[in-house]
Amino acid sequence: MKATTRDVNGIEIIKLDGKITIGAGDQQLRDVIANAVANGKNKILLDLSGVTTIDSSGIGELVGSYTTATNRGGKLKLLHLPAKLNELLHVTQLITVFEVYENEDEAVKSF
Amino acid sequence: MERDGERIEITISSRFENIELVQVIAEHLCENAGMDEDGSHWIGMAVREAVANAIKHGNKLDIKKKVSAVFELNGHDLAITISDEGTGFDPTAVSDPLNPQNLMKTSGRGIFYMRTFMDQIRYSFQDGGGTSLIMTKNLAKGTGLATGKA
Repeated sequence: MKATTRDVNGIEIIKLDGKITIGAGDQQLRDVIANAVANGKNKILLDLSGVTTIDSSGIGELVGSYTTATNRGGKLKLLHLPAKLNELLHVTQLITVFEVYENEDEAVKSF
Repeated sequence: MERDGERIEITISSRFENIELVQVIAEHLCENAGMDEDGSHWIGMAVREAVANAIKHGNKLDIKKKVSAVFELNGHDLAITISDEGTGFDPTAVSDPLNPQNLMKTSGRGIFYMRTFMDQIRYSFQDGGGTSLIMTKNLAKGTGLATGKA
């Protein structure tokens, strides 16, 4: 998995590309979020458009990332959810937890 | 297309990087049998979760221990058996990830996804050690997703 970060109006936008699966990306995602939060960037927008594969471990890391940001008084929101990831969040009812956006400007303004 | 008597078996060492090998076999077998791409993907995902559990929880990441996968296709009926060399577990003790108190847990969704994407799953525990997970799916039923959105 590759993570690319940029700052837009104080919002840390993290674009993830590749797999978020057990042993291949799950730990990386945890580290990326931990680093952002440790640097005081706790308003996080995860751009998931480049995620090609995700499994239950990856879903678990998304939940853990949300909790990490929230526990620091921040927020973590999702942008450009691929269809199959959207389905996985629906069947586990996690779609009710995350705020999901299709437009980056709208997502940034929502924080 | 119906394919009678198709049987594929693969044995891997307990490394996460081997999971995709088994997943790809599942997806190709389903597509060759006439399943649509989405349906094949979800069955592949169930296989991915099953193999990951066998490696992590069954064989506890011991690379000397093996995981075997057997795919048997008769007509539209697909049976997949994933076996490890672990000591087994109590399936009834697995918590429900949809329970509000479990919703924010970072683990515990793998078996739920298997149940969602397959028609039936059951476990068999051997006396001398070793666990087999048997998953079945009628490929003529489509994706079978609970939400019906895929």
